[in-house]
Amino acid sequence: MRFSALRVIAEGLTGHRGWGPLWRNPDPKPEYDYIIVGGGGHGLSTAYYLANTFKQARIALVERGWIGQGNIGRNTTIFRSNYLLPGNEPFYEFSMKLWEGLEQAFNFNAMVSQRGIINLIHTDGQRDAYRRRGNAMLLAGADAELLSRDQVREICPFLNFDNARFPIKGGLMQRRAGTARHDGVAWGYARGADQAGVDLIQNCEVTGFRIENGKIRGLETSRGYIGAKKVGVAVAGMSGKVMAMAGMRLPIESHVLQAFVSEGLKPVIPGVITFGAGHFYVSQSDKGGLVFGGDIDGYNSYAQRGNLPVIEDVAEGGMALMPMIGRARLLRAWGGIMDMSMDGSPIIDRTPVEGLYLNAGWCYGGFKATPASGYCFAHLLATDRSHDVARLMRLDRFESGHVIDEKGVGATPNLH
Amino acid sequence: MLIPHPLLGLRDAQEFVYLGDASLIERPDGMAEGAPRAFYEYAYLRDNPTGVHRELWFHEQGDRSWLIVTRNISTHEILGAELARDVALKSLDDKRKGGAA
Ligand SMILES: Cc1cc2nc3c(=O)[nH]c(=O)nc-3n(C[C@H](O)[C@H](O)[C@H](O)COP(=O)(O)OP(=O)(O)OC[C@H]3O[C@@H](n4cnc5c(N)ncnc54)[C@H](O)[C@@H]3O)c2cc1C
Repeated sequence: MRFSALRVIAEGLTGHRGWGPLWRNPDPKPEYDYIIVGGGGHGLSTAYYLANTFKQARIALVERGWIGQGNIGRNTTIFRSNYLLPGNEPFYEFSMKLWEGLEQAFNFNAMVSQRGIINLIHTDGQRDAYRRRGNAMLLAGADAELLSRDQVREICPFLNFDNARFPIKGGLMQRRAGTARHDGVAWGYARGADQAGVDLIQNCEVTGFRIENGKIRGLETSRGYIGAKKVGVAVAGMSGKVMAMAGMRLPIESHVLQAFVSEGLKPVIPGVITFGAGHFYVSQSDKGGLVFGGDIDGYNSYAQRGNLPVIEDVAEGGMALMPMIGRARLLRAWGGIMDMSMDGSPIIDRTPVEGLYLNAGWCYGGFKATPASGYCFAHLLATDRSHDVARLMRLDRFESGHVIDEKGVGATPNLH
Repeated sequence: MLIPHPLLGLRDAQEFVYLGDASLIERPDGMAEGAPRAFYEYAYLRDNPTGVHRELWFHEQGDRSWLIVTRNISTHEILGAELARDVALKSLDDKRKGGAA
């Protein structure tokens, strides 16, 4: 079934009786060539590209709960490619290009909206840093513009430009950045993978790995043993727990990140805005709610909810940046479990177990990576070679010293 | 979250700075054989378990002591707190005794 405007009109005239489920609900087969663990954005996009782009077959994806129950359905939906380091920026720009063609490619409306992001500048030092970052972005083929204070004022007249401590001096703008409907991204990839023959197996928790002579044989799951030639793990916040079952300790800690949505308001925020003096960022959903967030809570957590001090901190950031936000009522807040890596950058690599591959360490920024992460992980699974833009995202980089530390804060996951 | 400080009673977790897994007080011997590998594991690898977790909290806005807090990180329930100094001294003592035996 393909979606098209014609189809929508035809269904509208016939009482919407022709729509079916977006994917099958198959039982596991005894064996597959590939099993992807985790039905979040990254697992789904991996399965999608493995089947569609790399033309592999006999693929299953196993998900502990239901498709999209994890961070892919909990994030604040921002995508951008405004990183600095050579290990990251080409990867995120590759992801941006995939976002730009995504809806046509998987024939699903993911509400990808390139409404732009502005990182605000409050000091001279910050302007220098953002100029350097903008140049790094341009070198990787991304777009970047340094905005003056007046240019920012034109786009966002409601900001507090003359805050005594943190006056706004300008901004770094990436116009191609934006937001998407996170559930739509999960569903689009799931449907695309299913149509290409991938078995999406829900309510199927991986409880162990069968490893013989250092080689993967299959998975123990809550729905029985499933054989596999290759296994790719993409379970985000649960990476530590799942890989421990394969006898591995990871350079990752799990932390909770919260997000917030206000009541629906008329259009007021033009794109995504980030405060440069505290940790606060905001955009507005198409339904009108202000979607905003800030720092992770800062302690190890597997509870999918945070505590009040961070809510207070985020609210303070919002009030400092745009005092009018104080008039909006908070509707909802929730949390998700982040796989915080030791340098703040992800891992897409093989593991010491032959046939077992790992995709993890996305911290609080893995939504934007969903297309490229799946593409590069599928490339690795299918060809046993890293994709060029992901070649530095290695598991052994911490031991060899080749960390990709955007913030330069070292092995302190709660500060990245 | 309220942390039961052994000297000061219940204190708001906001007064503390978080470092991470309590095993970080067991720094490897830099002169021992295999020290680079041991330091890599010490600095970068974590058990990152679900459920009960022992972790280091620094009472920065209080008496500036390091605590080892035991917490259920799947529910945020706090199960206890000790002075990190006491734990470190006891571990040293145990090692000495072990060495003499
Ligand atoms: C509040 C919040 C805001 C965020 N905002 C942004 C943002 O604006 N921009 C951005 O780029 N990123 C953002 N992120 C980060 C982004 O959401 C994540 O990095 C990304 O979604 C993680 O990858 P995923 O989608 O595959 O994870 P998930 O959706 O969490 O997928 C992992 C899946 O693995 C499954 N699983 C776990 N254990 C097992 C098991 N044993 N067996 C089988 N399945 C298992 C889980 O059930 C889950 O469905 C945000 C995150 C949060 C929580």
